[in-house]
Amino acid sequence: MFSRDNWKEIFETIRKNKLRTFLSGFTVALGIFIFVSLFGFGNGLINTFDEFFQDDATNVFFFFPGRTSEPYKGYKSDRQIEFDNSDLADIEKNFPMVLEYITPRITRGSLVRYKSESNNYTTRAVGESHQFAEKTIMMKGRYLNTLDIADKTKYAVIGRLVEQDLFDDEEALGKFIDIGGSMFKVIGVFQDDGGDNEERMIYLPYTTRQLLEMNNDKIDQFIVGFKPEIGYTGAMAFERSLERFIKEKKYIAPDDENGIFIRNMADALQQNQQFAGVLQLIVAFVAFGTIIAGIIGISNIMVFVVKERTKELGIRKALGATPGNVISTILLESVFITTISGFTGMLLGVALLSSLGDTLEDYFITDPYINTGTAIFATIALIIFGAIAGYVPANRAAKIKPIVALRDE
Amino acid sequence: MIEIKDLHKSYKMGSNSLHVLKGINFKAEDGELVAIMGSSGSGKSTLLNILGMLDEADSGEYVLDGIPIKNLNETKAAKYRNKFLGFVFQSFNLINYKNAMENVSLPLYYQGMGRKERNEKALKYLEQVGLKPWATHLPNELSGGQKQRVAIARAMAAEPKLLLADEPTGALDSTTSYEVMDLIQKINDAGNTILVVTHEEDIAHMCKRIIHLKDGVIVEDKKVKQVRAADYVQ
Repeated sequence: MFSRDNWKEIFETIRKNKLRTFLSGFTVALGIFIFVSLFGFGNGLINTFDEFFQDDATNVFFFFPGRTSEPYKGYKSDRQIEFDNSDLADIEKNFPMVLEYITPRITRGSLVRYKSESNNYTTRAVGESHQFAEKTIMMKGRYLNTLDIADKTKYAVIGRLVEQDLFDDEEALGKFIDIGGSMFKVIGVFQDDGGDNEERMIYLPYTTRQLLEMNNDKIDQFIVGFKPEIGYTGAMAFERSLERFIKEKKYIAPDDENGIFIRNMADALQQNQQFAGVLQLIVAFVAFGTIIAGIIGISNIMVFVVKERTKELGIRKALGATPGNVISTILLESVFITTISGFTGMLLGVALLSSLGDTLEDYFITDPYINTGTAIFATIALIIFGAIAGYVPANRAAKIKPIVALRDE
Repeated sequence: MIEIKDLHKSYKMGSNSLHVLKGINFKAEDGELVAIMGSSGSGKSTLLNILGMLDEADSGEYVLDGIPIKNLNETKAAKYRNKFLGFVFQSFNLINYKNAMENVSLPLYYQGMGRKERNEKALKYLEQVGLKPWATHLPNELSGGQKQRVAIARAMAAEPKLLLADEPTGALDSTTSYEVMDLIQKINDAGNTILVVTHEEDIAHMCKRIIHLKDGVIVEDKKVKQVRAADYVQ
């Protein structure tokens, strides 16, 4: 069935029936090409989508204080809850197994001045691990460290746009800026994927902020980072036990929903991923439809090819071709054409995707790509289903009596 | 060589059944050249198709060279056709995208013969029909007579026991017809058994025996003095 002579016979038939070869090859190549491009665009869409949510770490909880709405253990309702430094220490002490880091965040707006330039910026007084929670990327200098927190240093890490606004072309590192009336030394400049607002931030040691505010130990909010390996369910359990712990410590009724608020990024991530999953599903559906259309196309062509060749097949049968010969003649030819053109279409699609790169970013398509496995799988699926679809008319042709086939004009 | 006994065949035409062959009996020996004559609808083509295993009889016996031909599946019929039979059709039935040599070598391909060998053999048979210079021409570059000679070369290439010709001169003018008949006579002279279906008297008389069919039965079966086609060919 696969002898060299057989292939020669097939090549000859293909070479001498160019229109037929072109028709079936074109259908398959186009089908695979569209499939690869569509799938790639879909992935590009998902890439864009992912980028929106990759600004911050996803293994974190944000804790915000609220006002109680129920009386509890002798405390009245409508009591303002406040966090302080002891909360950080207690959490660190009680959850060492799952806790990766914890950092406070005290947010204040301040007038910031350097020489003649001044502007209002948001300052965040934070711990050293805030860098991980916010995914702050250092461009130069360094971030705040443990020593800065312990020594309550007057150091500031400024955003890229703060540097641009205040320093123009001047080097910011090592310069002193006036933040709300106190002089801070710039020790680092950062960038952030979160957009312009994020890059107009100034980070200070939270202990320094507390010192400036009459040496108190109050915290606006804190961010807890958990170890990613505990997974989604682990994170949800951790969130519940943290909530219970804080409520007990702050004398908040367990069912009081207003005492503290928790924003769980893991949960948000889960939802985002679900959305991305739906996108993927839609893309897969459209791509699947393309492949089905391709299969239907190749089936139609196979019916046409067999119809066109009925007389020829009759002659071949009269000369001694067995039904097996007839089927393999038709199928090998079609599989050969679909394989060559299928992989051509695939390579063209991949070439298109890689040549596009980032040019379609304005249309929310970033880095369109298709993984090789999917592309090859789709191509092979089309070849196999094309062969199965071709088998039906081929089998029918093989069963036609030669005398009937010979009468066919 | 051929022995058929009480052969029946009918075709279903909607609700009606058309009884085409109503009990055919005849024998043909090795080396005979038999003409089967009859008007259209007499069943001559049907008989030839059954003899050629292109069609099946409803009942009756058919023995070819001592081998009973019955209960053939498609694959077996194809193998028998390839091994025992050569066909020449009225409309030539050459494959139009293959050149003369490739057409002639096609039965050999289905015998599993290698390309080089079968092309050599095809050229040899093309030479016998006088068309070796035309070996690389496609059928549409050949005249009707040339096409039929290619078809005869193709039928002979597989060295069949029996050559079946269905109106081999039906699509040709009389000069060309005589050329083709001359070729058939020469092949017969070499000892091959040939059956020719025709409705032309002059063609039939170039055979050695004439069988007349009418309405599905043999009405006449006679030996004739063969007219040599070569006498008419300049």
